[in-house]
Amino acid sequence: MSKFNKKKKGDLPAVNTASLPDIVFMLLFFFMVATVMRDNELKIKNELPAANEVEKLDKKELVMYIYAGEPNFGYQSKFGTEARLQLNDKFSEVSDIPAFIYSERESKREELRPFLTTALKVDKETNMGIVGDIKQELRKVNALKINYTTRIGDVSLNLK
Amino acid sequence: MAKRSSPEVNAGSMADIAFLLLIFFLVTTTIETDSGISRKLPPIEESEEDVVIKQKNIFTVLLNGKDQLLVEDELMDLQDLRIAAIEFLDNGGGSGEDACNYCKGKSDKKSSDNPDKAIISLKNERETSYATYISVQNELVAAYTHLRNVRAQELFGSSYSEMMKNYKDVNWSGNRVKLKENINRLRKEYPQKLSEVQ
Repeated sequence: MSKFNKKKKGDLPAVNTASLPDIVFMLLFFFMVATVMRDNELKIKNELPAANEVEKLDKKELVMYIYAGEPNFGYQSKFGTEARLQLNDKFSEVSDIPAFIYSERESKREELRPFLTTALKVDKETNMGIVGDIKQELRKVNALKINYTTRIGDVSLNLK
Repeated sequence: MAKRSSPEVNAGSMADIAFLLLIFFLVTTTIETDSGISRKLPPIEESEEDVVIKQKNIFTVLLNGKDQLLVEDELMDLQDLRIAAIEFLDNGGGSGEDACNYCKGKSDKKSSDNPDKAIISLKNERETSYATYISVQNELVAAYTHLRNVRAQELFGSSYSEMMKNYKDVNWSGNRVKLKENINRLRKEYPQKLSEVQ
């Protein structure tokens, strides 16, 4: 028996996993801090085109988002596959934009209103027709600062 | 008996709980993209007087419904657009008060007078795809940035992009007022006159 016991002593000790929770917690905290909860669920396909001459939008609370793209699969039976507009969390018409802009402006402090920017998050397969309509509506309500939101990357990614 | 030590709590499942939370946050995270190409739309009220712009000072870029690029009525590939735009903007063909003393272009009489007069007009059709449109916008902005970079290198010994980065950096320890002045000078020498016509 003593022979076997001796052999066991030479075994590798088990790896100490006591610090595993610490590592996992570290990752957890990173993701908790980095997470931005989406305030509106996207009902459209929204794959942004790539560009590399971009500027960062630094004041997030001063940005109004307009989404456009092909409706998601679940909504296609109702809304078709033509590119649609999404404001907040519902499908909208181009004519709803002025009301949307006014309500966004209303919700901001008065001194900040001139700095409001409209971010256009448009799917890359959308036609320019709807984008042109959006721009026209924005001009009507004098929301002239716009930002075509893009991914950061080479433009050759757009051609695929 | 009163001194009985309480049993230690088993912390073996802590890792599991943490993993569960971790996976939840991993799944829900969408790192929001918040960068893009900034543009300013023209105001809607048309001024009464028609501003006369010489044809040679306009650089027409047309994107048709088949995503083909027509630059000054000639078919062009996207990768050639940047060079063409730089050549046009930096031409400096003007004389007298329109002369441009910092341009490095060919001074072609048939092309733009100076960067301040030069206007890029970007037209698109309804069927143009958004991806192509953004690519073209990107190339045109890149042309402006390139010219500003070259000019900044000449004047201040650092590129325009570098200067913008410093300006945005809160921890940058330098003369911010001077930097802003320099940036504005570059922007004045190469103003982004890009018109998006419907």
